[in-house]
Amino acid sequence: MNFPENLKYTKDHEWILVEGDEAKIGITEFAQGELGDIVFVDISSEGETLQSEEVFGSVEAVKTVSELYMPVSGEILEVNPHLENAPETVNSDPYGMGWMVRVKLSDTDQIEGLMSAEQYREMVGA
Amino acid sequence: MTQGELLKTTALTQTHRDLGAKMVPFAGYDMPVLYTNLILEHHAVRNSVGVFDVSHMGEVFVTGAKAYDFVQFLTSNDVSVLTDGKVQYSCMPNNEGGIVDDLLVYRYSTEKYMLVINASNIDKDLAWMHQINQNFGAEINNQSDNFSLLAVQGPNAIKAIQKITETQLSPIPYYAFTEGKIAGCDAIISNTGYTGAGGFELYVANNDALTVWNAVFEAGQEFDIIPCGLGARDTLRLEKGFCLYGHDIDDSTSPIEAGLGWITKFNHPFNHSDFHLAIKENKPTKKLVGFVLEDRGIPRQHYPICSADGTVIGEVTSGTMSPTLGKAIGMGYVPAALSAAGSEIYVEVRGKLLKSVVTKLPFLA
Repeated sequence: MNFPENLKYTKDHEWILVEGDEAKIGITEFAQGELGDIVFVDISSEGETLQSEEVFGSVEAVKTVSELYMPVSGEILEVNPHLENAPETVNSDPYGMGWMVRVKLSDTDQIEGLMSAEQYREMVGA
Repeated sequence: MTQGELLKTTALTQTHRDLGAKMVPFAGYDMPVLYTNLILEHHAVRNSVGVFDVSHMGEVFVTGAKAYDFVQFLTSNDVSVLTDGKVQYSCMPNNEGGIVDDLLVYRYSTEKYMLVINASNIDKDLAWMHQINQNFGAEINNQSDNFSLLAVQGPNAIKAIQKITETQLSPIPYYAFTEGKIAGCDAIISNTGYTGAGGFELYVANNDALTVWNAVFEAGQEFDIIPCGLGARDTLRLEKGFCLYGHDIDDSTSPIEAGLGWITKFNHPFNHSDFHLAIKENKPTKKLVGFVLEDRGIPRQHYPICSADGTVIGEVTSGTMSPTLGKAIGMGYVPAALSAAGSEIYVEVRGKLLKSVVTKLPFLA
């Protein structure tokens, strides 16, 4: 299973890609596999500033629904518009076209508290 | 000891693991929920053929001179209309106005029936059957651990199975069965299923399960046969509006409220029949309905059903995204006044009221 080295990870199976004081957030390959066919990404938090571990949306698979948690604190700048009509992209390209939100980080130091690819891989045993 | 070691297995559990299935605990069994992709498995059954291991289901034989009288009182449907080799969908009413379990009744003769029950209810059902049987004296023989059950479902199922049996399948009507051989193994060949896609259910001895499984896959190769998990089984049954025990019906729901009036026959007394007859005559106050979401979202079991002003009027019992229809569908109980097709109801999903329309069942004709 693929866990890119340049990302940070959470115990809730989100990844975060930091670019300066902004970041993109999505869910991991492990998470999309556990959920199965994703049919709806429900994020209505655009414009909101959320704290680390707050819910920023939900992802609906055929059989189950899972909440999405902020890896760090920040403002939701954009929701990936591509997911509106193609939610299955989260399954096929979880680290690329399947990103979920772009955020402005409140505190870049929070990134240090997240898991590395190696730590995350160990956690999920993959 | 991990949970996995406490779960019961079927004769095919290792086969599922070897195929890379995602296994989950279900009704105390270690069962495949999907192999590769739920939607793919769903479409395989709707369009061609797929195979489910449903060996967790329970098989109970009722025999003896009192078998007919016992089953006729135990179950809500009318066993008198069954002939030898026919199958009937039915339920066992309890003493509290609800349902102990729903089941299939197979008639071999008036002195031999096979009752096929839900895995999660086997112990409860047996205790209940023995209690009712105190007034009858039939012989009750639980064979659940001795049978494996393969549901070969889909429009091409009959063509695949016909290649590995000498029994002529096309003369077997829907909800009928016969005994024969599949790939040389003794089998009960039953024209039934829980998918609404056509096909057969094959009851075989545990020792023969792998032989039959392999033969079915070889025969079905030309139809792109694939193994299917419990996930697809659920989306398939929900598209057809079939009730799932523990979701749409349970110990507290009347079959009349659940839209199961067609298996609740008051031409004979059955356990607690007066109670359900009164519900029928006085009209039920709540009814199980199907609905389609117009707003974006997916209903799930236990989500509240509301009126437009947000007042809770019922609860979702089953819900999913329908792979065939591409719409979010669900079932749930609503007040009778809102049970007609076209009624507008709202499902509360994460604090939002999503507009839904009551729809005639099945969702998929």
